[in-house]
Amino acid sequence: MNIRTSLFEQPLDVINLGLASFADNLVLAGGAATQLDWQPPALGDVAAGLDLAWLINHPRVEAANQIAFERYLAAQPALIDVQFARDTLPAMAQRKLILHAGPPIAWADMCGPMQGAIVGAAIFEGWADSVEAATALVEAGQIDVEPCHHHNVVGPMAGIVSPSMPLWVIQNTTNGSFAYCNFNEGLGKVLRFGANGPEVLERLHWMTQELAPTLQAALKVLGPLELKPIMAQALHMGDEVHNRNAAATGLLLKRLVPALLRCGQPADHVQRAIEFIYSNDHFFLNLSMAACKAMTDAASGVPCSSMVTVMARNGVNFGIQVSGTGKRWYQAPANPINGLYFPGYSAADATADLGDSAITETAGVGGFAMASSPAIVKFVGGTPADATQNSRRMQSITLGSNPAFTLPALDFAPTAAGVDIRKVVDSGTLPIINTGIAHKLAGVGQIGAGITTAPMPGFIEAIRALAEQVRLADGGAA
Amino acid sequence: MQIKHQIFRNRYQDSVSLMQISARISALADIAQASVVMGTPTNQAQLVEAGLACSESAGPNDLIIAVRGSAAACDEALALAATALDSKPASGGESSVVEAAPNNLARAQALHAEANLALISVPGDYAAAEAIKALRLGMHVMLFSDNISLALEKRIKTFAQQQKRLVMGPDCGTAIINGMPLGFANVVKRGAIGVVGASGTGVQEVTCRIDQLGSGISQALGTGGHDLHDDIGGLSMQAGLEALAEDPATQVIVLVSKPPAREVADRILAQAQKAGKPVVVHFLGADPASVARPGITVAHTLAHTAEVAVALERAQAAPAVASALSAQDAQLLNAAAASLAAQRSDIRGVFAGGTFCFEAQLLCQRAGFVAASNTPVKGNSMIADRWQSHGHTLVDMGDDEYTRGRPHPMIDPTLRNQRILAELTDPATAVVLFDVVLGYGAAADPVAELLEVCSKARQQAAAAALPVLVAHVCGTAADPQDRARQITRLRQAGVLVADCNAQAAQWASHVALQQAARRTAGVAGAAQ
Repeated sequence: MNIRTSLFEQPLDVINLGLASFADNLVLAGGAATQLDWQPPALGDVAAGLDLAWLINHPRVEAANQIAFERYLAAQPALIDVQFARDTLPAMAQRKLILHAGPPIAWADMCGPMQGAIVGAAIFEGWADSVEAATALVEAGQIDVEPCHHHNVVGPMAGIVSPSMPLWVIQNTTNGSFAYCNFNEGLGKVLRFGANGPEVLERLHWMTQELAPTLQAALKVLGPLELKPIMAQALHMGDEVHNRNAAATGLLLKRLVPALLRCGQPADHVQRAIEFIYSNDHFFLNLSMAACKAMTDAASGVPCSSMVTVMARNGVNFGIQVSGTGKRWYQAPANPINGLYFPGYSAADATADLGDSAITETAGVGGFAMASSPAIVKFVGGTPADATQNSRRMQSITLGSNPAFTLPALDFAPTAAGVDIRKVVDSGTLPIINTGIAHKLAGVGQIGAGITTAPMPGFIEAIRALAEQVRLADGGAA
Repeated sequence: MQIKHQIFRNRYQDSVSLMQISARISALADIAQASVVMGTPTNQAQLVEAGLACSESAGPNDLIIAVRGSAAACDEALALAATALDSKPASGGESSVVEAAPNNLARAQALHAEANLALISVPGDYAAAEAIKALRLGMHVMLFSDNISLALEKRIKTFAQQQKRLVMGPDCGTAIINGMPLGFANVVKRGAIGVVGASGTGVQEVTCRIDQLGSGISQALGTGGHDLHDDIGGLSMQAGLEALAEDPATQVIVLVSKPPAREVADRILAQAQKAGKPVVVHFLGADPASVARPGITVAHTLAHTAEVAVALERAQAAPAVASALSAQDAQLLNAAAASLAAQRSDIRGVFAGGTFCFEAQLLCQRAGFVAASNTPVKGNSMIADRWQSHGHTLVDMGDDEYTRGRPHPMIDPTLRNQRILAELTDPATAVVLFDVVLGYGAAADPVAELLEVCSKARQQAAAAALPVLVAHVCGTAADPQDRARQITRLRQAGVLVADCNAQAAQWASHVALQQAARRTAGVAGAAQ
């Protein structure tokens, strides 16, 4: 029988958009009707709304998403080594190159902390001996600046990586590809917040000369360290492995200490390494980020897939990448942060949202796993119930969930994972990002923390680009 | 301005909780700066920088409350902070975790897999996208919304054809599927007659009349007003016809539309001939000979369409259209018109239903009355001023130009009733012709205000005779408004209520003919 005729043999079950009285009438007449809480999607952009409509449940997109999402789920990031950036990133061997967080941005447009950090990195590399000299080099184009993400690297806050810096080397053992992240410097005056004074450079030199070789030696003893189990365990211990990494750092240290003690490095080096990690509850963040990058990178580049593979901020714009369109960025000004400030600071002092750390939300943890970390939601005066609600809400904009990461507060439900640009634009529900707040001036540091969202316009632009790609794949018909 | 501190020894609290308390007390009046922190060296340094330096010594496990402001405010802040430290947050509980109502089709379907039809009445700019989504999700669609371009309508309907889904609309006002009313629809008995119609009130009239004749409807499918346009080619009507042809519960099929483009009509009629069951076709205003085909019964009015369909369902011969007035009706009308002044000559039609206006124009024209209208049929003229009638005038008050920024007259008859009052008080008016549409979606008591309008007109007219009022009520006994009750009240107010729109138009024409005859007789008398 014709599908249309078969409608006549089923109970009519209506979804009503618009005049609510039509739904009321159906119910009065004994029928079934669901009233939608409808709003114009895509911020009212009619053309983008039509593009979106054709992508909904499109067989090509569904098939691509299944591949992308399976690759994401199958990724097994393992910490395998510590390497210097110049040795592992081919581009760094050829030119003076400094990497930064977020989508591409010109020097003149950068926020204070990012400029400060780039200057600090140039001095650290010995390319300049003063802030002025370093600034002049960058302005003269003698130092290139590029996004970390263009080199499979991620970095928190300013996300600065220069050739001499050590990187965590993470390999996705499923597909063999690599992801990298710099080392966490701790809190206070640190390069990632744009500080570039002597104590910052001194710490960086110590990390390069002593901490990196020590950890490298320990990892040789330890062998590949699977990161997903540590993250999963930390989610059961109050972390969401973005803004709270206390448990994960402890778990990492537990694995590292025996290896450090047996790695043959001088005892005082080992001692200082342990003390450094011990004193920094965020030490694991950079490993969490690289693991997340490895997972989402596995899903990148599947034509017609609407899965978000990167969310990153440069202190001005928020950029996303979508699997189907590979490395193409879709950017929009970052949304304000709803947060709490340290004494003496307010929203007026804050720079716009900054850092590659939203890769954690991209991979289904951080803000998406807020139910496991009620303390985080308190940044905006929320309750544990709000945290739970947030994690549930994210389920409505993702392709699925990741059984590797479960949330006790949701009865061990898996975290929402694989943001679908179609669902974001159609529902108006934005991905939640847990974030630190940097002072807008270089070097002041962190001044608060809170919750923000990825801005809608980038998702809308991505919808339009994906629709074009799918149209071409369909044979170019209008 | 003072700085005050309070220290709680060995009282560890999460820094986030403390920042919340800081934020709360900072917001108090006359507090310049406030902070609640654990006494770590970093935090103490920050207190110094913030101008809240603590002279008392404190360690990392000690909790410091520091405030700067007026003395009284500082005390208040310290007390509030101490209370906040002691109080446990209100428990959220499971009950506070609820999923919000879905705001998009895909989500709604994910939560509710049985959904099989999307009823869309959002603004036209967005409605097309929602229809496409619904089709992508495998749902059938009724698009009540209008203002969708023909190009987009064509794409939607072509896609629906590929997906083998029904699309009713855009601009589809009514449908009945599986006995359920969609949009404006009447409570019609279920039965074996299936209807596909391009005109909303046309479908309502046919289905109501079928109900009044004691039969019922299997399905009533709308196509929207533009479906039979050349550019669209009747895709929805073809799909509906095909679905009804295959539906075992449908024994007779009815097609109702304004006359389609020639090619479209040929295609649809060819398909109708192959339906394998009787098909009744009424293309309003079309030459019956152009429609007639073997296997197709041509009907002449909306009401006649219902009568023919019911007869065919009962395996009876199709009745002829009632062309002459019954003696009883003629007597009734003549009595009502007896006291009219001779100069009252005009038919004034004031309609809520667009198809009723269209049909009434056709029938009045056939009786010899060329009229003006905002939606003129062939041979009639475009109204010069849509707010002012001259000569025979029939207006569709549901047309865009009257409904911009206000509800349709079927929902809110205020504007329509004002127009009726204006026609009643015009000395040229012989007869006011109107429709009352009942059913889901229509006004709860459409007659109530109208009766007030009539009594007001009577007061204004004083002793002089008012024009004759002729109406028909499109609805069924089971409609929420109760058709019999509406008719009774209209009759009590002196309105002549016909069985159907065609009859009402015929009655109005009769009154106008009588008046014309009276004037001719008067002229002849004067000449003598």
